[in-house]
Amino acid sequence: MHRESDQVGIKIGMWLFLYSEIILFGGLFVLYAAYFFEHPQSFVAGGKELNRIIGALNTIVLLVSSFTVAASITAIRRDDAKRAQRLLLFSLLCGVVFLVNKYFEWGAKIDHGIYPNSETLVNGEPGLNIFFGLYYVITGLHGLHVIIGMALLAVSLFFIRSGRVSGSRYAMLDNAGLYWHLVDLIWIFVFPLFYLVL
Amino acid sequence: MEHETVHPPMSYKALAAVLVALLLLTVVTVAVSYVDLGFFNVPVALGVACLKVTLVLLFFMHLKYEGPIIVFSFIGTVTFLIIMIGFTFWDVAFR
Amino acid sequence: MTAIPSFFTQSSPPGLTGIKAWLLTHDHKRLGLMYLYAVLFWFVVAMVIGLLIRTELMSQGRTIMGPGMYNSLFTLHGVIMIFLFVIPAIPAIFGNFFLPIQLGTDDVFFPRLNLFSWYLFMFGGIFALVALFTGDGFPDTGWTFYVPFSVQSSSNVGLTVSAAFILGMSSMLTGLNFVTTFHRMRDKRMGLMQIPLFTWSLYATAWVQILATPVISITFVLVVMERLLSIGLFDPARGGDPILYQHLFWMYSHPAVYIMILPGMGVVSEIIPVFSRKSIFGYKAIVWSSMGIAIAGSLVWAHHMYTSGMSDVSVFVFSLLTFLVAIPSAVKVFSWVATMYKGSIEMTPPLLLSLIFIYLFSVGGLTGLVLGAVGTDIHVHDTHFVVAHFHFVMFGGTGFAFLAALHYWWPKMFGIMYPFRPAYIGAVLTAVGFLFHYVPMLILGLQGMPRRYYDYLPQYETGNFLAGFGGYLLCIGLVVMFVNLLASLRHRVAAPADPWGATTLEWRVPSPPPVHNFVDKPEIMDFPYDFRQVGDNSASQRS
Repeated sequence: MHRESDQVGIKIGMWLFLYSEIILFGGLFVLYAAYFFEHPQSFVAGGKELNRIIGALNTIVLLVSSFTVAASITAIRRDDAKRAQRLLLFSLLCGVVFLVNKYFEWGAKIDHGIYPNSETLVNGEPGLNIFFGLYYVITGLHGLHVIIGMALLAVSLFFIRSGRVSGSRYAMLDNAGLYWHLVDLIWIFVFPLFYLVL
Repeated sequence: MEHETVHPPMSYKALAAVLVALLLLTVVTVAVSYVDLGFFNVPVALGVACLKVTLVLLFFMHLKYEGPIIVFSFIGTVTFLIIMIGFTFWDVAFR
Repeated sequence: MTAIPSFFTQSSPPGLTGIKAWLLTHDHKRLGLMYLYAVLFWFVVAMVIGLLIRTELMSQGRTIMGPGMYNSLFTLHGVIMIFLFVIPAIPAIFGNFFLPIQLGTDDVFFPRLNLFSWYLFMFGGIFALVALFTGDGFPDTGWTFYVPFSVQSSSNVGLTVSAAFILGMSSMLTGLNFVTTFHRMRDKRMGLMQIPLFTWSLYATAWVQILATPVISITFVLVVMERLLSIGLFDPARGGDPILYQHLFWMYSHPAVYIMILPGMGVVSEIIPVFSRKSIFGYKAIVWSSMGIAIAGSLVWAHHMYTSGMSDVSVFVFSLLTFLVAIPSAVKVFSWVATMYKGSIEMTPPLLLSLIFIYLFSVGGLTGLVLGAVGTDIHVHDTHFVVAHFHFVMFGGTGFAFLAALHYWWPKMFGIMYPFRPAYIGAVLTAVGFLFHYVPMLILGLQGMPRRYYDYLPQYETGNFLAGFGGYLLCIGLVVMFVNLLASLRHRVAAPADPWGATTLEWRVPSPPPVHNFVDKPEIMDFPYDFRQVGDNSASQRS
């Protein structure tokens, strides 16, 4: 039927899915807001322990990748499949850089004995335990979404190569792009909440 | 009732301009974080984040060009999120 | 008409045969039936468990099981009834089957996603079964999984909340599909105020499914994480706040109450005008009240927590807001009653069940006001009064609406009629049993008998015995109704396309419908409940 060609309908479906993702993280932000209110000093102290340069770097990496994904949609719609593929490859690379950064960041924290249920956190300030608990849960869940987003982008890249995504049929890439931007969106909030709290 | 036209793709230039704005805002928010503004620390950081998110939504995610269904339902979702957080404070803030 | 093969004989996508034609189907009608079988299975299981619980409580002390078993069984009863029966019952079965037809289209927007939702549903159910027979047995936390107990309990909480997580996803994706179908697949000539009320109610429900379900998903993820990593997010000794768990839990689970009841209201809004041969009173008011319930229902979650230790301001605000939800619900009840006024009423099993719905739902709603008011709630919170209240709404409301829908659409889904007399007997037995079952619980609650207790003081024995007796009566009634419907599959009295004299689009297609639903382009009426062209009595067509 006309269903496959209804780009608007497919996009509505994707947005509805994104809403559910927003609310999923929203539940965690509820916790963050309430706990920030209860332990403001500890949250500031916790934020000071995170490296805001690495955080800012990761923000920039994600923003740039978001741009390249958006540009690849423009490219595919102008029937420039080559450029679209290059842009997507670059976005995937950005995703990898982000995850590697994250890996070293988590690793450093774990080396300092800061991880869920660690001696330092259990016996330390309760507010710090909550701050780092939320830090691991939220960035962990976000990292998982980065991986899913990269998988979607990789599939789109593969589809462009095989010709299943083209200038007239780009819903797959469009939706993968929307998902990737959502990952970016959430990070834009996570960054000030964890790295810049004062 | 429901729009049927597909908007033309955004130009690379426009997208790049958005990216530059986003990067500038990132620099601003990091720079401001080194200054202690007292009470305004959180509102400023969140305000800049909201501005950045708005840019991503409007241009990278084409919300500016979407039909009323997506626009209104997005506003509804954000409203629900605000209610989730806000109404919890009826409890948390007055305990 | 007879030349067109029904969806039972033709598969979608074409060319599939046998079991594959079911398991790989994209057809919303087959999926609706597959949900029907699965949901009925779970309903029977949970019903038997419920009966076992009430049997245990019929006399003081140990009757048929120990306290540990009792705790697991009431949890199991709650989890199955909520996540595997009440939430999916009407949207997944009748919604899937009839929403596309009522909108004048051939399927939902994402047919493959629809199939995927069904698999998620089955998978979630199997997960729950696995949780039952592995590890330290089924949770004994109650279906609410409150921390800290759910984090500390050695029972199989992790697996069970994962099951609920998966079931939530299934429900969310169904909602996503319905909203998209509503906007993109609707017949172009059908305006917003020409849509049947059942579809409108599903639309309102779908929004709640999309926006509220993720909250429970993340809550359950947090429970699992706490169990695996013991982060301490809800542990007061480590800076956490257990009341925030309750906030998150009810942020979904209160709107979920409207996921459960709204489709039931939609069913009744379909049935009442048809058998009153009169246009529905206040069509727009019902549409707006559906949306109003969906919105207002999202603002009142903390009224489940008056005694949890949250702030007094919060108690006050949420109590006030709770009373707002009563307004749109009452609008609907008044509209249904006003529809029947001076109508040409014709009694049939679906109408009888709908009338029982209105009565039981009203009692449930009014006892809800007792609980919404803080002063009285503090007296009866966590007593049998609460148990009776939500069973009046969930079973007296949604359960009876489900039965009404089953009797109303049975001829359309299977193309056969059923005998009325056993259906009447079953419905009356169920209703009488229901009252014997739950009214004593209301009184027990007011006298102070707590919920979820294994044993009780001697003064509560009479009430508990009566409730148990009513429970058996109730189950006999249900058995009569189900056996009657199943027997009709054997005797096969063919049903005409429109046995009831109804006007919405699903009655303009053959019974059972062909695979693409519409043989010719359907005629869209200016108003879906215009009975001028329907004869005032179509009983002659019936058995």
